[in-house]
Amino acid sequence: MITLDDVTLTFPDGDSRITAVDRVSLDVPAGIVTGITGPSGSGKSSLLAVAATLIRPDSGHVWIDDVDAAALTPKEATALRRDEIGIVFQQSNLVPSLTAREQLLVMAELGGDGHRHRQGIRGRAEELLRAVGLAEHGEKRPAQLSGGQRQRISIARALVNRPSVLLVDEPTSALDQERGAEIMALIARLTHEQGTATMLVTHDLVHRDMLDALVTIVDGRMTARLRAGSSDAAR
Amino acid sequence: MFVAWRDLRFARGRFVLIGSVVALITLLVGFLAGLTGGLAGQNVSAVLGLPGDRLVLQEPANGEPSFSGSAIAPSAVSAWQDTAGVEVVTPIGIVQGRAAQAGDRSAVGVALFGIAHEAPGSAVADLAPDADDSVGLSSGAATDLGVSVGDSITIVGSRYRVARIGGDAWYSHTPVVALSPTAWAEVDRRLGGDGEATVLAVSGAPDWDAAADRTGTWAAPRLTSLTALETFTSEVGSLGLMIVMLFGVSALVVGAFFTVWTLQRAGDIAVLKALGASEGSLVRDALGQALVVLVAGIGVGIVIVSVLGALADDVLPFLLSPLTTVLPAAVMAVLGLAGAAVALRTVTRADPLTALGSNR
Repeated sequence: MITLDDVTLTFPDGDSRITAVDRVSLDVPAGIVTGITGPSGSGKSSLLAVAATLIRPDSGHVWIDDVDAAALTPKEATALRRDEIGIVFQQSNLVPSLTAREQLLVMAELGGDGHRHRQGIRGRAEELLRAVGLAEHGEKRPAQLSGGQRQRISIARALVNRPSVLLVDEPTSALDQERGAEIMALIARLTHEQGTATMLVTHDLVHRDMLDALVTIVDGRMTARLRAGSSDAAR
Repeated sequence: MFVAWRDLRFARGRFVLIGSVVALITLLVGFLAGLTGGLAGQNVSAVLGLPGDRLVLQEPANGEPSFSGSAIAPSAVSAWQDTAGVEVVTPIGIVQGRAAQAGDRSAVGVALFGIAHEAPGSAVADLAPDADDSVGLSSGAATDLGVSVGDSITIVGSRYRVARIGGDAWYSHTPVVALSPTAWAEVDRRLGGDGEATVLAVSGAPDWDAAADRTGTWAAPRLTSLTALETFTSEVGSLGLMIVMLFGVSALVVGAFFTVWTLQRAGDIAVLKALGASEGSLVRDALGQALVVLVAGIGVGIVIVSVLGALADDVLPFLLSPLTTVLPAAVMAVLGLAGAAVALRTVTRADPLTALGSNR
């Protein structure tokens, strides 16, 4: 589970500062997909960056399980990201020199202490390649895969270290509607199967039926939180 | 090194190219080092093969001491012999002349060393003949003159019997011929000199500076005394400068390659950081990759230098030793890594935040 508690994030803008995230509090429970939507520039990607520990908020707390990620040093935040957070980027962002299988195996090497993590990762990688339907494509490099296949590998990569949190940034923006639907369904299925707390940023609500909850952000503020099939007020 | 090895395979064309450049620079450095070593050996091996703890040269009134200008008066020789702490003083005469096989008109250039047969053992002292009508030849002199033990040679009109042929010893690119001090003084006079010793090989532990001041001489360890050989300093200086410049070129080329390569990978590095890659693992990856390229390129270069150097040994003064192969290779590896380390700025400054929303 990931909990954002009264999080505020500002950026310098000339002599003043603009507020990208304004006192947002949000629970993202395990095992469900929580969508974050809003117009361009509303602050949803900034919120994701804060949740990913890629940027430290001006104030507030980011609880990942029992750890306040907002209070960690950069080195500790990197380790937390490696062990507890999976990230799926807008583009697949795969490393060109690695095969599909190696995109997953590399996750055991990122801490520089690969020997501790290598055990079992091969089995986990094969399991995830099967789960995303690409078991037969393990030896292909990114350039040999379609856009949808690359995004599937990206999802598998995000899950290989068994993170408790999955952060997904506009996963369908580079895909056509059919492939976008497949990717959204895959994320939903894996979230339910793996029990991750999934936060998914999207401006495209075509696939909203695959989200378990939906949060709307406007001008950095959370304006609405909807359960699938219901409409709750923001916390 | 997980990503580094796979990058090496994936972009093998680029890495083979930079590895070849490193190999070529190593080839150049290795050849220059070998040639420098070989030329230096032909210049100074006889000086390095003199006996004694220090070599003593005449201190000129003006300018620096030099082997070519040194002439040590008998009074200075006596003064050194009487100095407290001095154990052995061996006067040695050095002059360059020509020698020919007896009956043959074609003479070759040789370095004539006058040294007593009783002198303490050393490469040059071991050549010293025990009679005034005999000579000892270095192997190079015997080869150049085409003589063997028992044959005769002529030096400025006098005939000498070859009493012994020893190891290789060179002075100022001419092979050494050793004569007795008496015979040498006679030859020196005929060549326009005054028959006085050129250098003293002194053993013991005297107050070197005080003794040198008192006797108007300059005492230096063998290696330091090489600075008194003008041809050696100018030759080694210019070749050494070329080697240093090649080291610089090597560091720049490797640094430039890895800087461009790392800049091209900046996006991947940002993604890996966003996924949780530690800075240490990325730095090790980058330096490890550079080390692989350097070791491969330098290794190939050194193998080629060794093979060609061994083949060229008969026609070129080429020294094949760890000093001319392993040492330059190690320096190139260190400088290459230093060059590659410049690229680490890109690794450490890559912002993982750019991976979010990036369009790659």
